[in-house]
Amino acid sequence: MLEYYLSLFLKAVFIENMALVFFLGMCTFIAISKKIETAIGLGIAVVVVLTITVPVNNLINTYLLADGALAWAGLPDVDLSFLGYLSYIGVIAAIVQILEMFLDKYVPVLYNALGVFLPLITVNCAILGASLFMVNRDYNFAESMVYGVGSGVGWAIAIVALAGIREKLKYSDVPEGLRGLGITFITVGLMSLGFMSFGGISL
Amino acid sequence: MSEAKEALLSPIVENNPIGLQILGVCSALAVTTQMNVALVMCIALTVVIAFSSMVISIIRNRIPSSIRIIVQMTVIASLVIVVDQILGAVAYELSRQLTVFIGLIITNCIVMGRAEAFAMQNPPGISFIDGIGNGLGYSVVLMLVATIRELFGSGSLFGFEILPLITNGGWYNPMGLLLLPPSAFFIIGLLIWGLRSWKTEQVEEPDYVIGGHTAHSAG
Repeated sequence: MLEYYLSLFLKAVFIENMALVFFLGMCTFIAISKKIETAIGLGIAVVVVLTITVPVNNLINTYLLADGALAWAGLPDVDLSFLGYLSYIGVIAAIVQILEMFLDKYVPVLYNALGVFLPLITVNCAILGASLFMVNRDYNFAESMVYGVGSGVGWAIAIVALAGIREKLKYSDVPEGLRGLGITFITVGLMSLGFMSFGGISL
Repeated sequence: MSEAKEALLSPIVENNPIGLQILGVCSALAVTTQMNVALVMCIALTVVIAFSSMVISIIRNRIPSSIRIIVQMTVIASLVIVVDQILGAVAYELSRQLTVFIGLIITNCIVMGRAEAFAMQNPPGISFIDGIGNGLGYSVVLMLVATIRELFGSGSLFGFEILPLITNGGWYNPMGLLLLPPSAFFIIGLLIWGLRSWKTEQVEEPDYVIGGHTAHSAG
């Protein structure tokens, strides 16, 4: 049983890396990876938010939205799954807001470290993407928890690694048109190629 | 009139949302292995962005600024639900292949970006046109990437065989790499290079300038 969850976790971190294999959260991934410190801050914020939102959305889906999920309320014929997108994004926006207020009051150190990244996370496709993948693959509550943590960690590793490369890259003499955005894409492509080699791993 | 033309055409090359503003790359890369899937994605995104810009522009004077992000999100998410339901009814197979990426239009930065930057300040008509323009700018990049990936990766366009494959008795040996995720990054990177060599004003300033060799003067 433990092996199953471990393999799910490693799969989410390396083999199905959110950023490098599914291209999710690319906008922030490219825009906020110029410095290692900010990349680490954003990475931690993504891990925290994913760890909370994916299981919560799983509960919402299982007990409110899925076909026949409202049987406990005496409405076995109701299928609200078309409301999925609206509910997931609402849940994510609300949780980010609550988390922001909670951290501001009780963990000001972390709050200051995350700064502007926390509100930005609502529009990070990786967060919504993880919830949608979770629904798409019918994960149960425990699986969705592991998947949430794993995909967050994978995304964080990818952005910190990219920031490390870009800190060195800014000293190099890049052709004019490739400077900035272009060379970053090519770098990410090479990283993605590297991550493909995890593809054969299974536990 | 010229203002409308400007709003429609400038996002395609001059101010391309993917090439210049790095917006909306998230979903752009994943759906480009086949042209028909990419085309459906383009149409879906253009419809959502045009109508969301229009709706948000209509209600722009009534949205309290403290909750505007949530309001914009709700409008966009509702439109995406409509598009998703229509796709599920009309093109079920394609909507299966797009899996979560239709849903991810909600968090596509282009849609949010246009709502926030343009539709909140401008009347509905021009916002609608601006939305279509940005949708087209996105579509141009997406279709270019999809053309390259499908033509050289599987030797076909829209599923019709153009380059006969060796496995089917032809001569073309497909480049498997183009069907894998990394190739999308390379193609976009090279496209940006091409675009910026053509429109040189888009080139970014270097963070550090490497000095040339200085000649040592004797004495």
